[in-house]
Amino acid sequence: MIPRLGSGKARTLTYLTLIAVVFFSALPLYYSVVVASRDNSALADVPPPLWPGGNFVANVEKVFDTVPFALALLNSVLVAGSIAIAVMFFSTLAGFAFAKLRFRGRNALLLITVATMMVPTQLGIIPLYLIMVKLEWTGSMYALIVPALVNAFGVFFMTQFLSRALPTELLEAGRVDGCTTWGLFWHVVLPVARPAAAVLGMLTFMSAWNDYFWPLIVLTPENPTVQVALSTLAAGYVSDYALSLTGTTLGTLPLVIVFALLGKQIIGGIMQGAVKG
Amino acid sequence: MATRAPDRPTAVPRHRSERFGRQLAYRLDVKASPYAYVMPFLLVFCAFGLFPLVYTAWVSLHDWTLLSDVHKFVGLDNFAFLLGDDYFWNATFNTVSIGLVSTVPQLLLAIWLAHLLNRPLRAQTLFRVTLLLPNVTSVVAVVVIFSQLFGRDYGLINWVLSWFGVGAIDWNAGTASSHVAISTMIMWRWTGYNALIFLAAMQAVPRDLYEAATIDGASGFTQLRKITIPMIKPTIVFVVITSTIGAMQVVAEPLLFGTYSPTGGPDRQYQTLSLFIYENFAKLDFGYASAISWMMFVFIVIAAGVNYLLTRRSGGNLT
Repeated sequence: MIPRLGSGKARTLTYLTLIAVVFFSALPLYYSVVVASRDNSALADVPPPLWPGGNFVANVEKVFDTVPFALALLNSVLVAGSIAIAVMFFSTLAGFAFAKLRFRGRNALLLITVATMMVPTQLGIIPLYLIMVKLEWTGSMYALIVPALVNAFGVFFMTQFLSRALPTELLEAGRVDGCTTWGLFWHVVLPVARPAAAVLGMLTFMSAWNDYFWPLIVLTPENPTVQVALSTLAAGYVSDYALSLTGTTLGTLPLVIVFALLGKQIIGGIMQGAVKG
Repeated sequence: MATRAPDRPTAVPRHRSERFGRQLAYRLDVKASPYAYVMPFLLVFCAFGLFPLVYTAWVSLHDWTLLSDVHKFVGLDNFAFLLGDDYFWNATFNTVSIGLVSTVPQLLLAIWLAHLLNRPLRAQTLFRVTLLLPNVTSVVAVVVIFSQLFGRDYGLINWVLSWFGVGAIDWNAGTASSHVAISTMIMWRWTGYNALIFLAAMQAVPRDLYEAATIDGASGFTQLRKITIPMIKPTIVFVVITSTIGAMQVVAEPLLFGTYSPTGGPDRQYQTLSLFIYENFAKLDFGYASAISWMMFVFIVIAAGVNYLLTRRSGGNLT
């Protein structure tokens, strides 16, 4: 990896800058843990509290008493999990067709797919809500899951990966052995696609877990996802920062743990998906 | 290629009819099955992506509320009203202001960080993972945390500023201060993500260019300006355009910063266009909200187009 670091001074400066960036990236998260482990009145202290206290468990209990947080966690796991699995499967399926199969209209469809990645999702949110009213899905998790079963980004991501990583000779060999197209998908494509699909699944899970605006519109506070429950907590108890930041910590923690364990792969995926031209 | 000759040496059918049947099945498989594979995507896309987009235009031509089943066709009345609506222009100004304050420094910082990371460093993975940590944090969490940090009386930021003799700033109250606060949240969440995308592009730049430049005695900053930036220009164009689209859609930050109020502060000082749509949606005035959506789409196309031209032109070429 070139360019090289020049003098020792430049090297020190680079490290100092990056350490500062790490500090500012982690500071707000650290501080939310500090606040979450304190009594709300401690926040009025001057200087403000800078290290965690012993009030976390009490705050957690209060969160579960104030909003249906257990239900919210369950809903979020269900929604983000099923969306991630569906996106992985359907994107690999479509990506295989776009990357390796020949059919009339393929290029036009692929072009439309890329173009839709650029169209802001919020534009269609009103008719989308009207559809959900018609289907009587408002307030239900179907309203979150079904529209998100597969998306243009996932299809594009898998198309890119498979056109590069899946050798056409492997498919031809499969054909010679008498495989149907479905057989090829099942026995040849899926094993090759697995690493990229896993990254796609993690990215999808994270964005579904963090999705806020659409769930806020279509769900009710009685049957929320984690993000909707968090905003209820923050809106209803403005003055109680300890409580809302406890909720925030609880809602963010699962993702941060997953990310700490698999961060390297996730970053690899983001950087791979980024180089598209 | 998938369209190979249908007769395969391994399986020789005994009868003509059997052979014909197999050929038919094979042709059907090769010709038709690709459509089946892209079908789930197309169905979901048409039903929940394309249709709502087109339908928004239809709704915007009506006096449409959820309270009544009768939707009166009003032509372009919603758009005419929109152009004379001060709240709409206020929201447009706020969107552009927050968009510029959050995007311009963010992208410059991201390019610089990527430049720093594009060298042999210790703890490369640690730096990258922490860079992306803010992006893993949800918008709701970010706003709740930063609302505390930007608190007037007990906020950490005002506390630090007080060391330098700055009086307690009521970040939420002013137009400029609230825009800075909201832009900070957006920057915190997205700078690292964009830095990684730039870094990915930088790693594809041929290394001998840098070697030659180093021999010629070019400094690190000169190399960044003369080699790196021209070489990663397609990625810069891509990131600028996606950031523009993202900035036009900012909604959760102002909504939560104003503790759930869709007006974006008591004086609408930080109501963005998307929040203005949400306000009218919450009033169940779907016709008007749809008209705003379409105007927003027009703005996005204009902004993306202008950015495309600007970023393509600037920066010079490698010759």
